[in-house]
Amino acid sequence: MIKNLLNALLQITKGGIKYYAWIALLLVLIVLGLGVYIKQLDRGLIITAMRDQVSWGLYIANFTFLVGVAAAAVLLVIPAYLYHFKPIKEIVLFGEMVAITAVTMCILFIMVDMGQPLRVWHILPPPIGKMNMPSSILAWDVVVLIGYLLINLFLVIYALSRLSIGKEYKLAPIFPLILISIPLAVSIHTVTAFIYNGLSSRPFWNASILAPRFLASAFCSGPAIMLIILQLIRRFSRIEVDNKAIFKISELIAYTMGINLFLLGAEMYKEFYSESIHNVPLQYLYFGLHDKMRLVPWIWASFIMNAIAFVIFLIPKTRENFVTLNIGAVLIILGVYIEKGLGLIVPGFVPDTLGEIYEYWPFMSEVIITIGIWAVGALLYTLMVKITIPVYTRELLVGGK
Amino acid sequence: MSKKIKHSSGINLDRRTFIKGAAIGLAGTALPLHTADASFLDAFLQKHFREMRDEEIKKVIERLEKEASLEWKKDIRISATKAIPNVKFGYGLDLSRCIGCRKCVYACVEENNQSRIPQIHWITVLRFKKGEKWIDLENSEKYYNPKQIPEPGHFYVPVQCQQCENPPCVKVCPTQATWKDPDGVIVIDYNWCIGCRYCMAACPYGARRFNWAKPNIPTEELNPETHYLGNRPRYKGVVEKCTFCIQRTRVGKYPACVEVCPVGARKFGNLLDPKSEIRYIIENMRVFRLKEDLNTYPKFYYFFTGWQLKTT
Amino acid sequence: MKKKSKFALIILIILMMGLSSILSLSLGGETVEDIPKSFVPAPPPSENFPCSKCHDNLPVNRKQRKLEMYHTNIVLKHAEKDRWCLDCHERDKLRLPNGELIDYNKSYKLCGQCHGTIFRDWKAGIHGKRIGLWNGEKLYYFCVKCHDPHQPRFKALEPKKPPMNPAEIK
Repeated sequence: MIKNLLNALLQITKGGIKYYAWIALLLVLIVLGLGVYIKQLDRGLIITAMRDQVSWGLYIANFTFLVGVAAAAVLLVIPAYLYHFKPIKEIVLFGEMVAITAVTMCILFIMVDMGQPLRVWHILPPPIGKMNMPSSILAWDVVVLIGYLLINLFLVIYALSRLSIGKEYKLAPIFPLILISIPLAVSIHTVTAFIYNGLSSRPFWNASILAPRFLASAFCSGPAIMLIILQLIRRFSRIEVDNKAIFKISELIAYTMGINLFLLGAEMYKEFYSESIHNVPLQYLYFGLHDKMRLVPWIWASFIMNAIAFVIFLIPKTRENFVTLNIGAVLIILGVYIEKGLGLIVPGFVPDTLGEIYEYWPFMSEVIITIGIWAVGALLYTLMVKITIPVYTRELLVGGK
Repeated sequence: MSKKIKHSSGINLDRRTFIKGAAIGLAGTALPLHTADASFLDAFLQKHFREMRDEEIKKVIERLEKEASLEWKKDIRISATKAIPNVKFGYGLDLSRCIGCRKCVYACVEENNQSRIPQIHWITVLRFKKGEKWIDLENSEKYYNPKQIPEPGHFYVPVQCQQCENPPCVKVCPTQATWKDPDGVIVIDYNWCIGCRYCMAACPYGARRFNWAKPNIPTEELNPETHYLGNRPRYKGVVEKCTFCIQRTRVGKYPACVEVCPVGARKFGNLLDPKSEIRYIIENMRVFRLKEDLNTYPKFYYFFTGWQLKTT
Repeated sequence: MKKKSKFALIILIILMMGLSSILSLSLGGETVEDIPKSFVPAPPPSENFPCSKCHDNLPVNRKQRKLEMYHTNIVLKHAEKDRWCLDCHERDKLRLPNGELIDYNKSYKLCGQCHGTIFRDWKAGIHGKRIGLWNGEKLYYFCVKCHDPHQPRFKALEPKKPPMNPAEIK
């Protein structure tokens, strides 16, 4: 078994010119990101556009988006393991690996956002650190994120080790873990929403609809990413991905995007009909405030993308046509990325608690670091898939015999 | 890319400075010193302030004094004076007197060793137009700069840490690096803060400030009389805030902002002492607290003694 | 009968005055303990003080008029229509409305004659400024430390620099 796994590991060095080019590109991006990060360590977070007025920016925005992506793996787990929907069960492993990648990237985004990253151990529970349980939601988030990461890692490794010796993996021993992973997936995103949601100082976040909106949009963007990845895997490997799986996922997206847009409408209604002073950040986001309009075109672009994608996924004809399906998936990823990122984090700080409007817009330095982390994620996922594919298709096994 | 990783001085990073930067950066995140020596490990492994016994604190402070004195080229003394028993500090600010001169802002900067570059101010003075929505923060102005103050038709509201009895910043801190000391002052252990800035998101009063870069204070302006939880020089990447001048008030003095205020609008005292000025204000004046609806219970009381101060 | 009632009236007035002075001492009047320590106000400009130096040889003139020879720098903007120097100054002392003469270092008493509520707040440490120790001895700023008695309105100041805009902080 170990030999087989090692064999699989060796696969990462083998590949065509396209594979090497892809890896090289990612490595270049990672090195660039790392270079700028070193500069950030040296000079401090001053090299970002964040200031006291807007104290979280692009990093936390990406973190929030990726927590959603990680949580969305559950959308594959439920039909696969609980309802034994075969087409999805065959691909659930790739969903779990997306979760692992996304959580890893989340942790990286938190790390680069920290002023004192070497002190990260302070957040561990006593006697090592001084984790502020139960009152700090960030502490809760650390617990659920790490828990979710470990469970998914375990599930993937278990499945791979069984497959690598040519055996179908049994569900019974891991079933409790699968059961735990479902509420945990929901909870990582809920807890992340609660980080913002619980702050009475920030009326934009302090709305009870925040966590449901988080989940709804995560369950759009995560599956949309899966759709793209599955098609890529199908194209670049011998793994069969049943169209039924893809169409099932796109059907799911139609529902979740419908809910997402509905919740957005509900929030807009409440804020703008009641006209309380707390709708100011929403005004800034959608219509601009005191002639400051930086986010307005972006949030409307996001809204239009989401709306178009909703129509595409709602109509069976367009969601089962791969051209429109992929357009829809890309629109959703972009739409939710904007909405969940700059559209959610920044307006929470604008205007700030003393009414000042500082128009945050990320500097190139933080963009490069962000791209670097995405490259780390892409590299991690590529390598995991690279190892998994031969195990999955049992190429190695056949070759070994 | 090469354009983007430029120092503000305009020097491009070459490979050597890159590597040097890496080493310094890694050390610098944990250490105030830019040389990795034996105290690196001590600094890295330093315990939480409230977990240390008195003799441990003494040792740590000795090391910190040495490090700080070396770094700032001045003899810096760090005390760890504990809260006085049966004292809870309260603050009063007379809005009918404040003329918006910002003397408090700069007295605070000097007393508490706030970074000059990048600029950090613990006190924000907001200007409001009279006759408009009351305390409509969004229409307030903090960058006002007339020839003379007070300006007709305006009034001023200085805002700083309100030392909440129910502080949201303490609640959210993931590492318990900030807490409410027995005299009601919210303090930060600058050696425990991880710089996540969750407290800044949670504070309804914009009272917390982050060291986006290494603080910069001219040596001759550095105040060498400091407190561990107060005005000792801070590190890059940690949060700081007003402590009611803990280094002064715990030895009986008034905060620097109280002492400098030219119109005597700022009042300070012990909320548990029925004879204190602050109790007199709360019991006899028209008092309000900022954002009362958030249930933070500030110990910072705004009050009115009469008509707004007029000047010639 | 007439004489008797007149006498009774006088007695009554004296009694009331006595009573009111006791009342004012215990309620509104300043007792030494009320004001622990205070800043002694700056003495009047030396070339003019003591007043008796010149005024001993001058006749008393209670007529409101523009001063043209001396004290021309003093501009009275403090209920100036109903006020003349001699309402507050007598020989080398300050004069309360009831004729009592007080030292310059008790000038707050004079201010308190009209500004009763502010005087009360000042004694409580609310109006004006105290420095010293919050839990110990305090020093009071006298009224005249901040208010010129002849033009008590506060002088406008130049504000200190505004904070830097976040976009400028680099």
